[in-house]
Amino acid sequence: MTDATPTFERSPDLPPPASTVGVVGWLRQNLFSTWYNTLLTILALWIVWEAVPPVISWAFLTADWAGTSRDDCTSGGACWVFIKEWFGQFIYGRYPIEERWRINFGSIILIVCAATLFFPRFPYKLWVSLFLIFVYPIVAFFLFSGDAFGLEWVETPLWGGLFLTLVIAIVGCVFALPIGIVLALGRRSDMPAVRAVCVAFIELWRGVPLITVLFMASVMFPLFVPEGLTFDKLLRALIGIMLFQAAYLAEVIRGGLQAIPRGQYEGAQALGLSYWKMMILIILPQALKLVIPGIVNSFIALLKDTTLVLIIGLFDFLGMIQAAGTNPDWLGFAVEGYVFAAFVFWVLCFGISRYSLHLERKLHTGH
Amino acid sequence: MSDAQTATSTDGNGGSAIQMIGVHKWYGQFHVLKDINLAVDRKEKIVVCGPSGSGKSTLIRCINRLEEHQRGQIIVEDIELTNDLKKIDEIRREVGMVFQHFNLFPHLSVLDNLTLAPIWVRKMPKDEAEDVAMKFLTRVKIPEQATKFPGQLSGGQQQRVAIARSLCMNPKIMLFDEPTSALDPEMIKEVLDVMVDLAEEGMTMIVVTHEMGFANRVADRVIFMDGGEVIEQADPETFFNNPQSERTKLFLSQILSH
Ligand SMILES: Nc1ncnc2c1ncn2[C@@H]1O[C@H](COP(=O)(O)OP(=O)(O)OP(=O)(O)O)[C@@H](O)[C@H]1O
Ligand SMILES: [Mg+2]
Repeated sequence: MTDATPTFERSPDLPPPASTVGVVGWLRQNLFSTWYNTLLTILALWIVWEAVPPVISWAFLTADWAGTSRDDCTSGGACWVFIKEWFGQFIYGRYPIEERWRINFGSIILIVCAATLFFPRFPYKLWVSLFLIFVYPIVAFFLFSGDAFGLEWVETPLWGGLFLTLVIAIVGCVFALPIGIVLALGRRSDMPAVRAVCVAFIELWRGVPLITVLFMASVMFPLFVPEGLTFDKLLRALIGIMLFQAAYLAEVIRGGLQAIPRGQYEGAQALGLSYWKMMILIILPQALKLVIPGIVNSFIALLKDTTLVLIIGLFDFLGMIQAAGTNPDWLGFAVEGYVFAAFVFWVLCFGISRYSLHLERKLHTGH
Repeated sequence: MSDAQTATSTDGNGGSAIQMIGVHKWYGQFHVLKDINLAVDRKEKIVVCGPSGSGKSTLIRCINRLEEHQRGQIIVEDIELTNDLKKIDEIRREVGMVFQHFNLFPHLSVLDNLTLAPIWVRKMPKDEAEDVAMKFLTRVKIPEQATKFPGQLSGGQQQRVAIARSLCMNPKIMLFDEPTSALDPEMIKEVLDVMVDLAEEGMTMIVVTHEMGFANRVADRVIFMDGGEVIEQADPETFFNNPQSERTKLFLSQILSH
């Protein structure tokens, strides 16, 4: 090296060419980078242009919002009057109008209790959880069906609408979860008899379509029990759905259990924890956290599958909408009904899925 | 092979912390432990070494029944290990174990990792358990990490938490299975220091390790295993300077050469 090393001045950076930054750059890169991308972009734009304005026009611009009967629907767009008029039935089914407050009241208790669990600093979470798990179902049962505490008896065939959908979905999932956990543990048990029973149960229920389960519950089951002994049809359907769901959840949970390294079991055993303490305190919290997406997935599937109860004569949310669509006074508005049903189901399922993402993030402890 | 005739100590009158008498173990057809006879006195520190696959881990895991032996007797703190679950639990309460990969519970904070067993196994009140936990965290020199999760700690810190977690159960015996071999070199010392302290306080310890410096400093006895057998045991002086068997010499030359 000599002292004559030439020195260089660093010239200032040029701004990037306009075609690679900003909106234009983004468009170029993502939508018009090649001739076939350009073609696809144009095709997509054309489809959007053709499809969206009519839908918006139908659903909003030319829709009828005000009125009380089909005669008010004159503009040719969607007749939301239909939804408005039947809204109460869609939500509560044929539950007596003057008793609907009981459903509202029960839902409010549930929502308020559940909401407290969202506050990180709320001190009585354990008590609220215990209340929700052990007391609330009993309270809700008497509140909704009555015949106690001076409440009028509302038989379950009158239950319907979104209320029934949520009852089935929530009962199905909440009670299926513990059963599923026990089945999953049983399937991995060292005891051959326990394992065999669990495998048989899971495979039996997983191998049958839900429709079959519902038919069995409503049509076949009464044939097998002694005459005079009757079970509520809703209860039978609930038990069927619950066991069906439990079998699915068991497999989801088993996947989580398999992902827990052996070292976790050994660490717990070396500390002297018994099998159940090890499972409840160490293994299951980790396994369940891993399979939140799977559990939520099957809960969403269940929520939508509840619509199948229509075939055994229970009028869930979709069932009520269909029933309303066949009402002679309101023939011809099925589309509005289905759009509304799709919208409500989507909102519910999307909400659940967002919540599960939130839960996963909250439970993440950096490993 | 008679069990009694090969036993080094058959009295079983409570003099030893651990007695293994004619212990055999198989994995299927594979004979992992062959006629192990070992008596560990109270407060004795034993280092076990030997080539990979020689059965060191299996040996110490038999002591707290993470592995089941098929023949022979294992007596820990005067309790014989049988299929009796109660006795197994009793022994596990007296025997702490530290693993190569820490096996901390990642979903619990450091403090909860430490208080879990005292609360649920020893039925200690929560406040007391937390006091005990903080005491041991201070002893392993990381009290400031109590609220963190294991995933946020370095390997050396995690291993020290794991040691503290075992100590919270107030064990009479501590088993270590290669506690430093998953650690980066600069973290090995901090863990060994904790173990040396523990040894000086008079804990009964069985340590599987290849840290020969540690063995030299702490061990009362070094045991060399190969092929599922105890080939040689001696105090560290004799063991390192004057090994008897060829296999020991070969092993020592291999691990001391780098
Ligand atoms: N669960 C098991 N099933 C079958 N064989 C096993 C099992 N665990 C260990 N072995 C075998 O038993 C032998 C002894 O294993 P062990 O883990 O005790 O060795 P080690 O001396 O601790 O070796 P390392 O230094 O590699 O940890 C090995 O050959 C291993 O392959
Ligand atoms: Mg090993």
